[in-house]
Amino acid sequence: MSTLEVLRGGTLTTVPDLGRPGHRAGGVPASGAMDPFAAAAANLLVGNEPRAALLEITLRGPVLRFGRAATIALAGARFSAVLDGRPLPWNRSVAVAAGGALEIGDALDGARAWLAVDGGIAVPEVLGSRSTHLRGGFGGHEGRALAAGDRLPLGPPGDGLPRRLAAPLFAPRNGRLEVRILPGAGEEGFTALARERLTAAEYRVSPLADRVGLRLSGPPLSHTAGADIPPEGTLPGMVQVPGGGEPIVFGPDGPTTGGYAKIATVAAADLGALAWLRPGDRLRFRRATLGEAREALARRRAAVAVAVEICSGIEENSREEGAACTPST
Amino acid sequence: METRIPLAWRWAAEEAVLGTLACEEWDLAARGAHGLAARIAALPGAEALEIVPGVRSVLVRAREGEALAAGPLLAMREIEVAKDGESAGTEHRFAVGYGGAGGPDLAAVAAAAGLSGREAVALHAGALYTVAFVGFSPGFPYLLGLPPALRLPRRQAPRPRVPAGSVAVAGPFAGIYPQATPGGWHLLGHTETALFDPRREPPALLAAGDRVRFVPA
Repeated sequence: MSTLEVLRGGTLTTVPDLGRPGHRAGGVPASGAMDPFAAAAANLLVGNEPRAALLEITLRGPVLRFGRAATIALAGARFSAVLDGRPLPWNRSVAVAAGGALEIGDALDGARAWLAVDGGIAVPEVLGSRSTHLRGGFGGHEGRALAAGDRLPLGPPGDGLPRRLAAPLFAPRNGRLEVRILPGAGEEGFTALARERLTAAEYRVSPLADRVGLRLSGPPLSHTAGADIPPEGTLPGMVQVPGGGEPIVFGPDGPTTGGYAKIATVAAADLGALAWLRPGDRLRFRRATLGEAREALARRRAAVAVAVEICSGIEENSREEGAACTPST
Repeated sequence: METRIPLAWRWAAEEAVLGTLACEEWDLAARGAHGLAARIAALPGAEALEIVPGVRSVLVRAREGEALAAGPLLAMREIEVAKDGESAGTEHRFAVGYGGAGGPDLAAVAAAAGLSGREAVALHAGALYTVAFVGFSPGFPYLLGLPPALRLPRRQAPRPRVPAGSVAVAGPFAGIYPQATPGGWHLLGHTETALFDPRREPPALLAAGDRVRFVPA
């Protein structure tokens, strides 16, 4: 079988797909790509189904060698990346020769990116998904982050057509992001001042930000009757506030239940963009209605589906992101 | 005797609602939540829902990409629970090696309760527990039924790594760590039984409503 060989694992490189629904009552979160829209876009760029397994790359990327000719695409935050000695363009498909080596270095303007390979990463499905669940130690490649010496199976090669991303993904700009929030998670457990602060203040992303939760620092949010609640079901995007008053936004590997009061839920349409934030970046919250959040999610999904277009007449390995691309008919 | 517990719903996300039982008595509330979860699981189309019990709540979410048909849920305004009923779930027995390296907090928990280690073990192993819900990590059971003398706040400093199989207590709950994870509970002992196996269906050994006994090994 054709493989992708890992020569260096990077800071935290894992295999996700779009997640593992249906097992929350057993304590199993969905996991999956932290920005499902960027991951879907990367997959579409190489001709895969949106939910194919790919690589999620964090802060410093891996070094990889391709066991077969492949079409790859890197989407998400910008990383320094070199393919066989030449800079790798992002947000478009790139052809790799058999034996080709890709070195993805440091993130330049964000925290995470997604690397798709045509045919997908063909690790076995566990509970209906190929996503890594780090805490559970299953899924992805042996339930863990990639390390030097790993060999990942690749699926059958795709059509190899050149494609590019024609519209930008929703992401932070200059280290700043504003996301919509819904109120239903339990805001009655917080003071009026806390509720006002949540949308008036700017929060900074703490160094303790990972796939489980994005810890934020900023003005503390006070509870009316203590931080503890009878433990109840939680979801990605819920904003939990422990006793110290600083909020944590749950990510895709977040716990399925929690015993701290929650002040809001980040709208699903905006949740993926949190994956791009680096420690020190700034985050603001803006209130939205349930209807607005649903509409935004539908728009976001539709936008990804049409954002990728097949090109003709672009030079192989052209370095420019906005290389001429005539949509084929 | 049946008691009726009022039930309040709110939207917790785009396609998710949380139903909370107005009941401060957690044993009763948990049985109410299990009854509610079972009623929801029996609704037409329920196979497309994620139904997640909490200690006195049920979170219901539509699968990714689908809309939640919330009407039948929001129409449920109360739940009937037998006041002195017992959970009808499967009973599981766990052989536990108490104390020693696998239970480093046994002496401290016993001391806090004014008991000898042997008495604390007898108390812990003498109780019948009910799985209130499974959460925190894959397969982690939150058990109600802990004798009051063994109830302590979580440790001030959580351990960065609690070994898999650790039998633990914190607050009103007893539990078992299925994986090696960070954790702030007091560790009384260790069991060899696997609580979670992703190759099994369902992967979690215990489910809300099941009953648990601990047997000193």
